[in-house]
Amino acid sequence: MSSFQQTIKPRDNFFNLRLGEIWQYRDLLILLVTRDFIAKFKQTLLGPAWFIVRPLLQTVTYTFIFGSVAKLPTDGVPKSLFYLAGITCWSYFSNCLTATSGTFTKNASLFGKVYFPRAVMPISLILSNLIQMGIQMILFLLFFFTYLIKGAHIQVKPELYLFPVLILIMGFMGLGLGMFISAVTTKYRDLSYLVTFGTQLVMYGTPVIYPLSLLEQKAEKWAWIVKYNPMSSIVETFRYSFLGSGEMRWKLLLYSGVFTVIIFLLGLLVFNRTEKNFMDTV
Amino acid sequence: MKPIIKIENLSKQYRLGTIGTGTVKKDLQRWWAQVRGKEDPFLKIGDTNDRSTKGNSEFVWALRNINLEVFPGEVLGIIGKNGAGKSTLLKILSKVTGPTTGKIHFNGRIGSLLEVGTGFHPELTGRDNIFLNGAILGMTKAEIRCKMDEIVDFSGCERYIDTPVKRYSSGMTVRLGFAVAAHLEPEILVVDEVLAVGDAEFQKKAIGKIQDVSQNHGRTVLFVSHNMASIVRLCTNTIILNNGMLEKMLPPEAAVSYYTNQMNSETGGYVASQAANQVQVSVLSARLINDEGMESYSIGMGKNWKIEIQIQVPVDTDSVIVGIGVETALHTSIRRCWTDPIFYKEGVYTVTLYEDHIWYLPGVYHITIGISSKKIVLDYIEGALSFEITEYSDKVELITTHNAIIANPMKFTSVKC
Repeated sequence: MSSFQQTIKPRDNFFNLRLGEIWQYRDLLILLVTRDFIAKFKQTLLGPAWFIVRPLLQTVTYTFIFGSVAKLPTDGVPKSLFYLAGITCWSYFSNCLTATSGTFTKNASLFGKVYFPRAVMPISLILSNLIQMGIQMILFLLFFFTYLIKGAHIQVKPELYLFPVLILIMGFMGLGLGMFISAVTTKYRDLSYLVTFGTQLVMYGTPVIYPLSLLEQKAEKWAWIVKYNPMSSIVETFRYSFLGSGEMRWKLLLYSGVFTVIIFLLGLLVFNRTEKNFMDTV
Repeated sequence: MKPIIKIENLSKQYRLGTIGTGTVKKDLQRWWAQVRGKEDPFLKIGDTNDRSTKGNSEFVWALRNINLEVFPGEVLGIIGKNGAGKSTLLKILSKVTGPTTGKIHFNGRIGSLLEVGTGFHPELTGRDNIFLNGAILGMTKAEIRCKMDEIVDFSGCERYIDTPVKRYSSGMTVRLGFAVAAHLEPEILVVDEVLAVGDAEFQKKAIGKIQDVSQNHGRTVLFVSHNMASIVRLCTNTIILNNGMLEKMLPPEAAVSYYTNQMNSETGGYVASQAANQVQVSVLSARLINDEGMESYSIGMGKNWKIEIQIQVPVDTDSVIVGIGVETALHTSIRRCWTDPIFYKEGVYTVTLYEDHIWYLPGVYHITIGISSKKIVLDYIEGALSFEITEYSDKVELITTHNAIIANPMKFTSVKC
């Protein structure tokens, strides 16, 4: 039987990541990203500018409610810049997660007709969200330099070089969690309901609208929940390196990194295992 | 020669009914068996997949113990009733779903065409969609760019190529989709009924392309169709699936006649499926009788045959004409025959039409039955019956015109001048 190159079997080896196969379909990956991007803004006047409207409005709202009304401290950093930094990070992660978590259910009709490594789909979503994040970063930098010129209390730290690492961690964490959820929800949809409002709730468990230091002072007992939220150190490090707020916590960042690697591998394995027969149950 | 595909004991089980809290228990049982290293408890049960009968089990076998070898360059036709497992087999081959048990070994790439225009995005232009669709089917960007002109040309949508696909007519979308798929170059091509769509010209083009792919490029094609004519035209070998099992493997002509025979013997000629029409004249049943007075599917070439049509006349009707049309397997109409207009009193009648002295060449033919009165169609049954003309040569002295459909000695005179 060894004379045949390939075999279709009921079950593949569980620990086969099949990364090579995904690489073979890299052209499809790029085309899916462009499709996503083009299709999103067909027949709109503002086009990609829409990416900026949302964080802008969010920042205005947060500055008003949490900054001016609730008077939450922002570690001495200008309020709008503080919130925008958190929102930019958080929305990248949460967009990645919500977009990828519906991979199987949303693409059932396509997946039912033709085979390609299914992981290409969620990866393409991560990449198109990366573009979105890039555009939102322009907005952030615009704010950043405006405040810098105005001489606001901002300190750029040398840890700025960690920025690409942060992006990578967020992307892979969103991808891993999203793939895991999409695989689990093919048969029982329960978890998909959790994702939409879950991400909104978890945002409050992440130091987006408050600094981690505030929680450690005011609610020491509960601070560990936020500390061990793997997104916390990302947001904190982002703000530390750009704005100099808070402090650099290497241990927490390392923890997030390890968490991401594990969740990504787990997500990919479960995803690959599901893709074979999900058409029968979706 | 070495086979290019080898299917071993392939089975696929499906669960019927809906998924909900009730299915969790079975999932847990299955999982528990797996943890203990035991066999899946639900693989032992399961009915054969006969859609019309009521089963005892909620598990059915869409495919059961299929063993098959396909050789390079072969065009394998797959025929069978709805629900026989044809599409399931193709789905497993194209890796859309996995088998429950068994294995498929193969060499090379498998390109599948279970649907045309898979993944088309309505907002993108035809050109963008060619890239996208091609990539989904497994081509690289460079390959597609290389074949772009050919694809556009084949689709015949040149004028619309930079317009979003949402502005296309449905026929154009299909053409574009097939054009992309036709330029795939996998070693094995899997095609499911996609030729059923599109106009006649396009179907001809599509069939031609598949022939070209197999004959001139030596690729293997697996082809599902309900159109027996295209099976005969395209395939070099045919399998018949029945309730998930491989029933027969035959050369295409034999397979088609075996299959249509089986279908006809199951139905016993034509019987109206709905209750008889209470308002106007309608066909109750029809059967084909050979020259020995027996109901038959196969007719020897050159032999006379007749068709008995039972009609129901619910109210007295004037000028009723009963007619038949004979079509080739390719659905080309070749003959229309009818009775004189007659007044029918209320009741049930048997109308018999006799085919004398017309010799059809060997092949499969379909009969359409129609009833009309004063230019108004009262009943019309397309493809009510099928029959096959078999070679019968003791009367035939001269058959050299293989392209002809009707052949017969003609009344003639021969006078010395």
